[in-house]
Amino acid sequence: MPSDHIVSSYSDELIQLAETIARMGGQVEVAIEDGTAALLKLDRELADKTVEADRRIDGMQRQIDEMAVSMIARRQPMASDLRAIVTSIHVASDLERVGDMAKQLARRSLKIEGLNLQPGFYNGVKNLTALVMSQLKDALDAYAARNAEEAIEVCNRDDEVDAMYTSLFRELLTYMMEDPRNITPCTHLLFCAKSLERIGDHATNIAERAYYLQTGKQLSEDVEELQRTQIRV
Amino acid sequence: MDMIAGRGNMAEQNTDKAAKVDTLSDRRVRVSTRDVCVFYGEKQALYDVSIDVPDRAVTSFIGPSGCGKSTFLRCINRMNDTIEGARVTGKIDLDGDDVYDPSLDVVELRSRIGMVFQKPNPFPKSVYENIAYGPKIHGLANSKSDLDEIVVSSLRKAGLFEEVKDRLHEPGTGLSGGQQQRLCIARAIAVGPEVILMDEPCSALDPIATAVIEELIDELRENFTIVIVTHSMQQAARVSQKTAFFHLGKLIEEGPTEQIFTNPVHKQTQDYIMGRIG
Repeated sequence: MPSDHIVSSYSDELIQLAETIARMGGQVEVAIEDGTAALLKLDRELADKTVEADRRIDGMQRQIDEMAVSMIARRQPMASDLRAIVTSIHVASDLERVGDMAKQLARRSLKIEGLNLQPGFYNGVKNLTALVMSQLKDALDAYAARNAEEAIEVCNRDDEVDAMYTSLFRELLTYMMEDPRNITPCTHLLFCAKSLERIGDHATNIAERAYYLQTGKQLSEDVEELQRTQIRV
Repeated sequence: MDMIAGRGNMAEQNTDKAAKVDTLSDRRVRVSTRDVCVFYGEKQALYDVSIDVPDRAVTSFIGPSGCGKSTFLRCINRMNDTIEGARVTGKIDLDGDDVYDPSLDVVELRSRIGMVFQKPNPFPKSVYENIAYGPKIHGLANSKSDLDEIVVSSLRKAGLFEEVKDRLHEPGTGLSGGQQQRLCIARAIAVGPEVILMDEPCSALDPIATAVIEELIDELRENFTIVIVTHSMQQAARVSQKTAFFHLGKLIEEGPTEQIFTNPVHKQTQDYIMGRIG
């Protein structure tokens, strides 16, 4: 860990910023869980709760932006402090988008209520949710711990998310071809799958920020030079 | 249309600036130092400093008080010769010429390497005389009109001419602090130096006068090689293309300014620039 600042209030502000990001990350994780649960159980109450949580998440993003801008103006941050502040703006923006995705999942539950849904339709969505949840959790852990290796692993695993999404797309397409009555619910689920796949992309973005925060280098540039799997920091 | 044309110009300017930074490592070396040590009597103030100063760029030296950055700056034009008991070892070359060659004319050397100090120090003479003095003693002007031309062009290059054109024969000490410092820069420029050393040139100035000097430094690097010692890290970040960090008499790290301030390699550099307790 870096040493303390000579001006202790500066250290306090950086800690507060990191804690706010961690709190926001936690709320976003809960929102995805609730949003998906609302979808799978067709639970209106949980759907409303997720929509409400998204408002709070939006507010936290604005709070993080304001903290970051204020610190840049007053502290003239340098090196890893500067990176911590700039990446916090990006990560908060990614988390805010994930919050929106969770809200979309929750709202979708209201639309598919009463449609002809077979229990088997949900399996793929459940599996994809579990995978993107673990991706997001690992990305946030890598960010909080400033762990570049863990960040690379998260980025590498994004291919699994994409593969699972493609497979789910084909599966839902098959249900639609089997029976035209499946088209409406399966189309809704396709949108949900796309939202989940996008959450995976945001998790990758956060992991890339974690890598930059720790190393000062952009992951994509390093990957071109070294092959992602060979990087050891 | 104007707006679009304006944007085009801006894009071009930005590309120019980016190109300047990118080609820093390709620039020829104007001042090269190898294993420079400085002793004040028994006490060693500087340990084995080796650094290359690139041509037509601003190189800044940063570090805490007493780290040796000013001592090192003063080695480059042999200002330490004037301090009793000061001894310099190692090698300093200006364009391949050994600065410490005993046969070298120090006065001529200092016309090639000008210096601007922390506190503006105009001579107690007129604005005109302040600038004209150097060219006169170095025999750079054959006539009064030559001298007039040098004075005017030096004041113009230092961005001061418009402000003092009606006061050329009034005392230089009557100008504001920022103007006096620009007068000192004009005086340094007047003898046609290759390198200008600046020892905390803005530390006695207010933020506006500082900004004017920084803008001037940015313009001067088109034609001069500039080395600046500064306590303000933000200033180093703003004006220089290369930065060197000194600590306890040692050169800890040097590199492109952007790298030093965004991703320094050494922990001591990181702690210093981030204001952390090392």
